[in-house]
Amino acid sequence: MCSNNRKLNFGLAINEAIRQMMETDDTVFLIGQGVKSPWYVGNTCNGLVEQFGEERVIDTPVSENAITGAAVGASIAGMKAIVVHPRVDFVLYAFDPIVNQAANWHYMNGGKSSAPVVFWLIVNRGGEQAAQHSQALHSMFAHVPGLKVVAPSTPYDAKGLMVSSIMEENPVVFIDDRWLYRSQDAVPEEMYQIPIGKGIVRNEGNAATLVSFSYMALESQKAVDELKEQGIDVEFIDLRTIKPLDTEIIYNSVKKTGKLIIADGSWKTGSVAGEISALVVENIFEYLKAPIKRVCLPDAPAPASESIESVYYKTKDDIIKAIKEIL
Amino acid sequence: MTYSKDFLEKLYWMMLRIRMCEESLVDPILKGEIKTPCHLYSGQEAVATGVGAALEQKDYVFGNHRSHGHYLAKGGDMTAMIAEIYGKEAGCSRGRGGSMHLISPENGVMGIVPIVSGTISLALGSALSIKIKKEDKVTVSFFGDGATGEGVLYESLNFASLKKLPIIFACENNLYSTHLPINEIRTNRNIFNIANPFEIETYRVDGNNVLEVYETAQKAVESCRSGKGPVFIEFLTYRFRGHVGPDDNIQGTHTDIRPKDEIEAWLKKDPLTQFKKYLIENNISTEIDFEQIQNKVEAEVNAANDFAKNSPKPNKEDLCKYVFK
Ligand SMILES: Cc1ncc(C[n+]2csc(CCOP(=O)(O)OP(=O)(O)O)c2C)c(N)n1
Ligand SMILES: [Mg+2]
Repeated sequence: MCSNNRKLNFGLAINEAIRQMMETDDTVFLIGQGVKSPWYVGNTCNGLVEQFGEERVIDTPVSENAITGAAVGASIAGMKAIVVHPRVDFVLYAFDPIVNQAANWHYMNGGKSSAPVVFWLIVNRGGEQAAQHSQALHSMFAHVPGLKVVAPSTPYDAKGLMVSSIMEENPVVFIDDRWLYRSQDAVPEEMYQIPIGKGIVRNEGNAATLVSFSYMALESQKAVDELKEQGIDVEFIDLRTIKPLDTEIIYNSVKKTGKLIIADGSWKTGSVAGEISALVVENIFEYLKAPIKRVCLPDAPAPASESIESVYYKTKDDIIKAIKEIL
Repeated sequence: MTYSKDFLEKLYWMMLRIRMCEESLVDPILKGEIKTPCHLYSGQEAVATGVGAALEQKDYVFGNHRSHGHYLAKGGDMTAMIAEIYGKEAGCSRGRGGSMHLISPENGVMGIVPIVSGTISLALGSALSIKIKKEDKVTVSFFGDGATGEGVLYESLNFASLKKLPIIFACENNLYSTHLPINEIRTNRNIFNIANPFEIETYRVDGNNVLEVYETAQKAVESCRSGKGPVFIEFLTYRFRGHVGPDDNIQGTHTDIRPKDEIEAWLKKDPLTQFKKYLIENNISTEIDFEQIQNKVEAEVNAANDFAKNSPKPNKEDLCKYVFK
């Protein structure tokens, strides 16, 4: 798949996607809090201000609603805005421009105008940061018609999906996770796209189907590797996009295995995991040989104290346990 | 104005409590014993102390991410705060909230959160409740210069003025909002002027001068109590430590862009040193008095830390406790 073996970490893969898109397309610009500060956005913005100047790489006051709205407005007026929020939690101030405006724009204007903006939102949790600095809200965005939602788990996909998100003609929510930023992968130097709406089978197997995305895909991969050592071959699908869902890849696998486990990094109620379960039951119920299992966060805010934070977040062990329960 | 020795020494005592409490966290943070992100209040003690002294226990305070000082100055228990910071069940938020969610309703510390401007409208609502219930209370909403970027501040100013609510908008201007100096987030540095279009009485004071803070806060409190509506106060001050943690060397990157000479100039304006000098020069307190205060505070801070370190963390089984009442 990769044309060379150069390794890049997740943050630098995003960085390269943005740089290459800004080099190819003068209408692309980046705006958001901390694009000048590695403390906020890791190394994702390395060198961008230096290369493109403060007119196209814009650090902003703490004004999520106005800045997100400005990104939407600029996209309506012909620019390609990437608006970054270093924490998803802050985006709750900006639900109006995202949900009321950008998501509905094309439809309610009869297709005469659109808002091709990228909302790049970073989940940043752990470290006893508690309820308002730990939330993963992808399901809320996936609920809204008119938004596409991507959630890559590897540097390779991060670059390709960022490129696709910027090229996309509709508003895209690009969600990543600071826990992914350490991961390394072979990433081609040339620009390439990963199609929005396409998952990938990362491991083939017959024992059960494991579906995941974003950070939980890393935990899933670990679970799959460990089970392999025990002689259990689990088919593992990394969705990469959660809206629109790649139902075909899920159905094909579940038809083969008859068993489904979904690992989703957010709360259980109203989750993407819930949506996938419903789709499978609705459409290919007859293939199921066991109850569907969901590995999600409990319906509780993120706690501070490490003693309960450590059981709050799910790991490969929770995934392995869930798989074994239905084997 | 003349004040009693007792009152003045209490101001000094409170500032020292905040300072020593904050500084006692530095080592444990560096050692990783404290993990919750701590936005230390060192350098800004005069603001919380002066405002706190103008309030009564029944009055309300809402804070932000940098609120250890607000909590203590409003009567919050130090042991419960440090236990919270250590993630302990005995903490003021039972270890669920950490440094950025301190609370002490019985002392009027009504809510502290890290979402910038997140409590301004809540403070507004508490003032509305005071008005509807015809209570003799005042609300103080603490926020930083960074919060002036959020629209909710202006919406709240307008509504507070419209309904003449008993709320003090207390803006601690420490010249920085994370990595951005004030001139990169606004064209006009005179924050106190933002209240003018809303016809709100507004002041700017030296936030490192505890008496000046107290006197202005006192005036504002009286104005609120007499039903004249909201007051805005801008406090000019400076944080001595990093945005979060002891310094800004976070995740392997040095992000504190504050010039060295600027930091040194502000260190010379240390609110504690200045007030101590004032008390000595005016023959109010002696070195012996200061020694006594120092010993008392040191004992309290040590005891609070000892308790916090040795008390238990929440039980794993209680993860979902407190989601609902
Ligand atoms: C809604 C929201 N956006 C962004 C942040 C990240 N953030 C944390 S503190 C801060 C700046 C605060 O500056 P200021 O209000 O001046 O307070 P100070 O830290 O100087 O005390 C920012 C932007 C946040 N916590 N909440
Ligand atoms: Mg500030």
